[in-house]
Amino acid sequence: MDLQTLTYIVVGATFALYIGIAIWARAQSTGDFYVAGGNVNPIANAMATAADWMSAASFISMAGLIAFNGYGASVFLMGWTGGYVLLAMLLAPYLRKFGKYTVPEFIGERYYSDTARVIAVICLILASITYVIGQMKGIGVAFSRFLETDYDTGLYVGMAIVFFYAVLGGMKGITYTQIAQYVVLITAYTVPAIFISLHLTGNPLPQLGLGDRLLSDGTYVLDKLDQLLVDLGFNRYTTQVMGNDLNMFVYTLTLMIGTAGLPHVIMRFFTVRTVRDARLSAGWALVFIALLYTVAPAVGGMARLNLMDTIQTGPVGSPDGNLKYEDRPEWFKKWETTGLLKFEDKNGDGRIQYYNDKNPEFAKKAEEWGWKGSELKVDRDIMVLANPEIAGLPNWVIALVVAGGLAAALSTAAGLLLAIASAISHDILKGLVVRDMSERAELRASRIAMALTVLLAGYLGLNPPDFAAGTVAIAFGLAAASLFPALIMGIFFKHINREGAIWGMIAGMGVTLLYVFQHKGIMFIPGTAFLGDMPANWFFGISPNAFGAVGALVNFIVAFLVTKFTSPTPVHIQDLVDDIRVPKGSKSVVQGAH
Amino acid sequence: MSEETRLDNYAYWRANLRLLAICLSIWFIVSYGFGILLADVLNQFRIGGYPLGFWFAQQGSIYAFIILTFCYAWKMNKLDRQHDVHEE
Repeated sequence: MDLQTLTYIVVGATFALYIGIAIWARAQSTGDFYVAGGNVNPIANAMATAADWMSAASFISMAGLIAFNGYGASVFLMGWTGGYVLLAMLLAPYLRKFGKYTVPEFIGERYYSDTARVIAVICLILASITYVIGQMKGIGVAFSRFLETDYDTGLYVGMAIVFFYAVLGGMKGITYTQIAQYVVLITAYTVPAIFISLHLTGNPLPQLGLGDRLLSDGTYVLDKLDQLLVDLGFNRYTTQVMGNDLNMFVYTLTLMIGTAGLPHVIMRFFTVRTVRDARLSAGWALVFIALLYTVAPAVGGMARLNLMDTIQTGPVGSPDGNLKYEDRPEWFKKWETTGLLKFEDKNGDGRIQYYNDKNPEFAKKAEEWGWKGSELKVDRDIMVLANPEIAGLPNWVIALVVAGGLAAALSTAAGLLLAIASAISHDILKGLVVRDMSERAELRASRIAMALTVLLAGYLGLNPPDFAAGTVAIAFGLAAASLFPALIMGIFFKHINREGAIWGMIAGMGVTLLYVFQHKGIMFIPGTAFLGDMPANWFFGISPNAFGAVGALVNFIVAFLVTKFTSPTPVHIQDLVDDIRVPKGSKSVVQGAH
Repeated sequence: MSEETRLDNYAYWRANLRLLAICLSIWFIVSYGFGILLADVLNQFRIGGYPLGFWFAQQGSIYAFIILTFCYAWKMNKLDRQHDVHEE
């Protein structure tokens, strides 16, 4: 069977599964719609959280980031896992005890203020919308690349699937489809990784394989990689940093507290039965996430090694040390047609030279050998997508990787859409505009909000605005600088009052956006970056993407200062905080779920 | 809430904060400490083919996070019972 038919069958089968689950898990009440009835098993919730969390970027792009940044990419690995420690210890149990439907709802009640609630809604929507555009684009690209539909058609199919289960089932439908999606994506990620590790080192566990010896010549994988890269003028794989140590430190911190502050992740913990379950569920979520995040370094490192080895067939600098273009392997040809791999024979010798021509010292040496610049452009996404072919795996594995990438994009998109829709229907509509809305009316409103949100996300996926490029900067920066500190202070600092929280959020968000905009352009419009996107102007060398942690610090400081000079937190709010600090007396969010 | 429960809840919260301080110190040391600030020093040692600092940054810290989270959950569940604030 040819690859395309096979891919259609595998992707079609997974989609049929998601639709089947959606029909089975229809939402009957607002409790079902917002928190899946409030009685999801902690391990099931953990799987759903993992799928919710791991996006198209984690699945497709992260291994590539690691492959090309080596040690420097550790910020993503630590940042996107370490946040769960904070979530498990500082947020999830207490927010579960609070026992409501949304993150802005907690902020509104704890700070006895509709203004605070609205600011939280704005942060939530800004962070989630930028994030969801990336997922929509991922769906469109996956379809166009593998199923050879055009981008728009792919996006429509993806929208239709999400529309079906998110509108029908709300959190309940999303939870159970996310569990299925987790299984699909983790299988699709680990199977090729295991084969590659076996192929290179004979070790079936990729986590150990990366630290093992190569079957070919007995040197360690990482030593070989370091050597190959240094010989070609690149930085050493195991020590190259991202910016400087301070930037790595702050970047990791931003990603960690941003992760803990992202509403679509936090709200997953409203769906479990007890505080005890919330703590446990966070631990299991980390296990399921780590299954991918500890394999990714092996995928990245080994893919890079494979790539370098394929091209540099002999000693560096010798006339026949490089692969002849006409001898290039099949996968190379295939990926050339997608444009993700580009070869340009600059010195006309019919061989491929791939080296670091940005390194002046090495470029000079290369010139003596008759090299006239690096001739290969490699898109980092290729590292995961081409992996099965590089390892010579059967076609069904390639089809599975496509289904896995789609599962990652769909599950994250659905979680984000629910966060946005429930903020609109529950926080704005029911919370502020029509306070006496009946349960049935709210369920209908939440479905309409969800439908509109899906359409909006689809529209933005078809016409991505300029600021979509800054997804990571905006989403993590905002969550880190505004929501995370407000939530932490709400639980751990009883005296922080309404004014402190409001001004803190505004200041944190303001500082972060200002820093991002001044270096990346106002709303990312090129040419409006008044300080220029150059490292020389960065504050202590901290990159704009990493700045959220500084914004969070500003938020804390402003909140403490403003609180000092304004009226104290009312007694009944202090009692509320005392109450959420102890598990006893927790009620299910949904009446009768126990 | 009676005065006695209030005091007991306060003791429970203090114990929780102590536990948090320990857990978050470890969280900080394995990632920011071993994985970033001390990575160069640790890279002189190796486990298998991994330089140690690199291993902490890309593998070790993540394993430590998992262990920490489960330890915290287990300790807290015990603490809940000791202070009689557990759920039925």
